[in-house]
Amino acid sequence: MALLEVKNLQARVEEKDILRGLNLTVNPGEVHAIMGPNGSGKSTLSYVLAGKSDYEVTGGSATLEGEDLLELEPDERAARGLFLAFQYPIEIPGVASMTFLRTAVNAVRKKRGDEELSTPDFLRLVREKAKELNIDQNMLKRPVNVGFSGGEKKRNEILQMAMLEPKMCVLDETDSGLDIDALKIVADGVNRLRAKNRGFLVITHYQRLLDHIVPDVVHVMAKGKIVRTGGPELAHELEAKGYAAYDNAA
Amino acid sequence: MNAEVKMMRTAAEAAYADALTALPAPEAIRSLREKALRLFAEKGLPHRRVEEWKYTDLRALIREMPPLAKGADGAAIAEAKKNSVLTNIGAREITFVNGAFVAELSNLKGLEKGLSITTLADALAKDASLVTLLAKINPNKYDAVFALNTAALNEGILIEVAPGAQITQPIHVRHIVTGTSPVSVFGRAVVKVGAKAQATLVQSHVGPDTVAYQTNTVLQLSVADDAELDVVRVQAEGDKAIHLSMMIGAIGNESRFRSFALTTGGAASRHTVPFAYAGRNARATIAGATLLRGKQHADTTLEIDHAMPGGESRELYKTVLDDEANGVFQGLIIVRPDAQKTDGRMMSAALLLGDNAEMDNKPELEIFADDVQCAHGATTGALDDDLLFYLRARGIPKKEAESLLIQSFFGEAVETIENAKIRDAVMNLAGGWLAARS
Repeated sequence: MALLEVKNLQARVEEKDILRGLNLTVNPGEVHAIMGPNGSGKSTLSYVLAGKSDYEVTGGSATLEGEDLLELEPDERAARGLFLAFQYPIEIPGVASMTFLRTAVNAVRKKRGDEELSTPDFLRLVREKAKELNIDQNMLKRPVNVGFSGGEKKRNEILQMAMLEPKMCVLDETDSGLDIDALKIVADGVNRLRAKNRGFLVITHYQRLLDHIVPDVVHVMAKGKIVRTGGPELAHELEAKGYAAYDNAA
Repeated sequence: MNAEVKMMRTAAEAAYADALTALPAPEAIRSLREKALRLFAEKGLPHRRVEEWKYTDLRALIREMPPLAKGADGAAIAEAKKNSVLTNIGAREITFVNGAFVAELSNLKGLEKGLSITTLADALAKDASLVTLLAKINPNKYDAVFALNTAALNEGILIEVAPGAQITQPIHVRHIVTGTSPVSVFGRAVVKVGAKAQATLVQSHVGPDTVAYQTNTVLQLSVADDAELDVVRVQAEGDKAIHLSMMIGAIGNESRFRSFALTTGGAASRHTVPFAYAGRNARATIAGATLLRGKQHADTTLEIDHAMPGGESRELYKTVLDDEANGVFQGLIIVRPDAQKTDGRMMSAALLLGDNAEMDNKPELEIFADDVQCAHGATTGALDDDLLFYLRARGIPKKEAESLLIQSFFGEAVETIENAKIRDAVMNLAGGWLAARS
């Protein structure tokens, strides 16, 4: 069965149609990249999949392992195994990173029918994952994302991803605002999480991220639809020729 | 204008005057009480045309006066034992039930060296000059709550910390109301901290739900030079209660003062804080968290008076309003001509959870010195949808995500409590309020 199956998805925000019949199938173990010009609806796709309420789905379907995602609350989607790494991770003053992580991990475990983690077990898991991702533990002593650099915020997203053990990971322009060193660390983190039962949808404007996270399939998105699909070589073609050819596509 | 203006008295005002006139007065305070009662008879309860009471119209709020509480019998004491908060903070407890001091629920044994705790009656018998202190209010202006409290002066407690004494065990003054019929309860606590001494005071107010009782409590604090006092107050009165209270403070040279107030109870409440910087280079933090739901109304009014140079004040109030609740914050900082180098910062932030909740914020600065730094801010807003979505996208259910954000909102104020045990206990009480959210 397909992991993520999106069929003829249509969505609007503030009366404006953004997604106009998008089709996409990600199988377990696959890494798909979606590239496209600004305003093509890439971020909208990620928010619609994660369940942000500002977006109105006007048609089509999206399923995770056959289950209708669009009917579920955002937290239920997360519990079912969908994870969105935000383009702009949000600062939450007053909420300690550890409290946040622990609440999230245990909420998800509870919904999946697993036992909640005890404090020592949780701390052990955080230490282990943070070490793997090269994350300084001191960062986690601060409130969620507060005072984090761009790179730290993105690494924190990957840490959350590792902690929540999702099935389907959507990365929304994870490369934006990162220098090359930070980009490598984040890409390494993602590569570590690649597994045969886990799928990735990497949304990006630039090809450079795909040098580090090598996709199985590359899609080009324009005006709310997938207009072309190919292998990794498609990313290089786009880098060379730009998106000009797609501005009037669809 | 010499014509005598005779004020029309409301039924409640007349009832107060009658009941308090009939109340037998000990010799030492008779004239003090009579004077306060005369003043009250003349000026009465404040109403919305009195600027300081614009948002909390006592004349409209208090339609009648329930009978004066008759003290604590066995049944009341048994009930009081069940209804109490902050019992796990390792404090020395002083308990008033229905306004009466209850020895069996108070611990006056083994007082630490330099600590003296005396009932007001005993203290007055020993030292008549205490009357002057009891009459004192800053600023020197009429306040109906203070006048009524003084006119009803009967039971109370005097806590004194001798110069240099470090009292580590917190002292918890508990005001508990019991029973099923409405009563009027008055209370007074006086705390004097000597030079270079240190103490922690906790004050709690609880009572039964569904009973329209009224409480009026005045706390008078003086902190001498180089001394340090922490005060934590919890107002968790029953849901039909009217709670009126004051914390009147004066702090000396180089002193350090911290206070925190958690307000969750009562149908309507007003807490007034006239606070004077009586010495140089004194520092004070006055913080609070107010959590209301239903149609609750709570008013916090600060009057921070910098009379001396070098004072530092930090006021931080967080108000969370669910349903149709109404929060009021009035914060006045006065910087007098001599109070150069004053550093005052005041912030009142409100979080509206209910569509019909209302916050009235009135910060004011009156500055008469030229070399000062003063700032105030007031914000009112709803929970941020983007923050909520971020938490929910990580699997945290809506209510839990909201609780995390609400807790982080008021947590900033709770964090100002220095004593970890008390801070945790207050956080637990606030957590209980959150858990009860529907």
